[in-house]
Amino acid sequence: MINLIDLEKKINSELSTKINKTEIKHNQIYIEIDKEDLIDVTLFIKTNKDTKFRQLIDITVVDYPEKAQRFKIVYLFLSHEFNQRIILSYFINENEVISSLTSIFPSANWMEREVFDMYGVNFKDHPDLRRILTDYGFEGYPLRKDFPLTGHTEVRYSEEQKKVINEPVKLEQNYRNFDYESPWEGTKYIKEQTNTDDKKN
Amino acid sequence: MTKKIKNLNLNFGPQHPAAHGVLRLILELDGEVVEKADPHIGLLHRGTEKLIENKTYMQAVPYFDRLDYVAPMNQEHAFALAVEKILNIEVPIRAQFIRVMFCEIGRILSHILNVTTQALDVGALTPSLWGFEERETLMTFYERASGSRLHANYFRAGGVHQDLPAGLENDIAKFCESFPKIINDLENLLTDNRIFKQRNVDIGVVTKEDALDYSFSGVMIRGSGIPWDLRKSQPYDCYEQLEFKIPVGKNGDCYDRYLCRIDEMKESVSIIKQCLAKMEKGPIKTLDGKITPPPKKEIKQSMEALIHHFKLFTEGYRVPKDEIYTAVEAPKGEFGVYLISDGSSKPYKCKIRAPGFSHLQSMDYLIRGHMLADVPAVLGSLDIVFGEVDR
Repeated sequence: MINLIDLEKKINSELSTKINKTEIKHNQIYIEIDKEDLIDVTLFIKTNKDTKFRQLIDITVVDYPEKAQRFKIVYLFLSHEFNQRIILSYFINENEVISSLTSIFPSANWMEREVFDMYGVNFKDHPDLRRILTDYGFEGYPLRKDFPLTGHTEVRYSEEQKKVINEPVKLEQNYRNFDYESPWEGTKYIKEQTNTDDKKN
Repeated sequence: MTKKIKNLNLNFGPQHPAAHGVLRLILELDGEVVEKADPHIGLLHRGTEKLIENKTYMQAVPYFDRLDYVAPMNQEHAFALAVEKILNIEVPIRAQFIRVMFCEIGRILSHILNVTTQALDVGALTPSLWGFEERETLMTFYERASGSRLHANYFRAGGVHQDLPAGLENDIAKFCESFPKIINDLENLLTDNRIFKQRNVDIGVVTKEDALDYSFSGVMIRGSGIPWDLRKSQPYDCYEQLEFKIPVGKNGDCYDRYLCRIDEMKESVSIIKQCLAKMEKGPIKTLDGKITPPPKKEIKQSMEALIHHFKLFTEGYRVPKDEIYTAVEAPKGEFGVYLISDGSSKPYKCKIRAPGFSHLQSMDYLIRGHMLADVPAVLGSLDIVFGEVDR
């Protein structure tokens, strides 16, 4: 059994050029890489005898619409042998195509389909990239931050047309998002100032 | 003259009693042999993750009940643990025992449902009638603690919502005495039953390698002989103080998974007993007033308590900027929450890792070359609940 610190050192030394940043937090290793190195890094941590991250737990995306590189792609790995977890991530632009992990982990198939469905991220070499969770004929990417909570269309059965139809959402009252943040903690510019002061001290 | 033979495409579900919910399975059949299976999921998709991003941390808890709705509290546990780890708060020991006890009750709830309905799928009616009576008893325990039979909304970051009502501990202890007999009755009906064995032994075999490759967890991986249980390997709450065994299968077929589930129920009963024995009086949630609402009595007298109460239920508590993945051993496998907080009172991102999603994905691999009649048997032993697969 090797501990987290040794594992971090090992990954850093063996893959030094491919790793941008590593950090140990909450008993897990967080690794940042470049988009191009995904396959190499994954193959290494899966097959190396000192890491053996044999299982891909999940793939997901975090959307930061205000950043230049909008999507953060996150991979979670588990090593049963050494009882450790790795969280691997990298940033991409909105229209970039990324490599698929399906050839290394068959279970990546549906996970990547879900990412494609929810965020519209495209994968190259994916055997079967279809939508998975949303309805047949659905448009848009629901988990993006700019997709409204209420959606764009609603479904109902039309008595006249004798079939189920999609139409734009009609709400009796708009969805209201109240800002409950405490006014007593000062306005934004004061908060920013206090934060920078804290850092200086 | 040669006759042209074409494969038959069969639509299994979405309304089919053996589909365990709303699964649409498109099967390609060559005679009675399944050549290919393509599960279509998402018919129960409610956008849980999107909704959670728009709710405070406390309002997000009920959504977890609605994922795997046969073992609601196990899911809440994963979310509560994630928030606790980011906030770095200590959970009082009584709360830990209560939570673990209800998680094990959830495990029994889920396993009874799975074992008996799988038996139903392969032709045995009686087990489900006997099993559901016990589930009803367990759900009254849920109701007495939380006020509702299914959607409990009982766990909080920092503990549980309220203390157990008087007498509940005694009744749970009584249940622990009577329940092993019911497990034995079920075993008498099923374990050596010729038909049950014919339908399950050597069906849906998963090798060790494939169990890893297909991201299996829980009973699916233990049935194949890999002794992996997060309660032992990455213990959370008070599991370290409890003694229990991890049942492991040998052949990785549907029958071994059934045996694992039966044994796990027995272990769960023993864990519940230990929890009851070790539980002492004490606080049931963290005493940090910035996370836990003040008691009702105080609100009537103290202005500060009233303000705290108001702020906690409108703005909610803030969670510092962080990123974390926490997993618990839910009855169906590794249930994880990948949480990103941004310092506000709402999660920036909350990805839910449901075990059933990976299990159902392997349907094509598991069923290929089997007969059509094996589809319900394999589907049953995967332990699929659509609330969590579709999210």
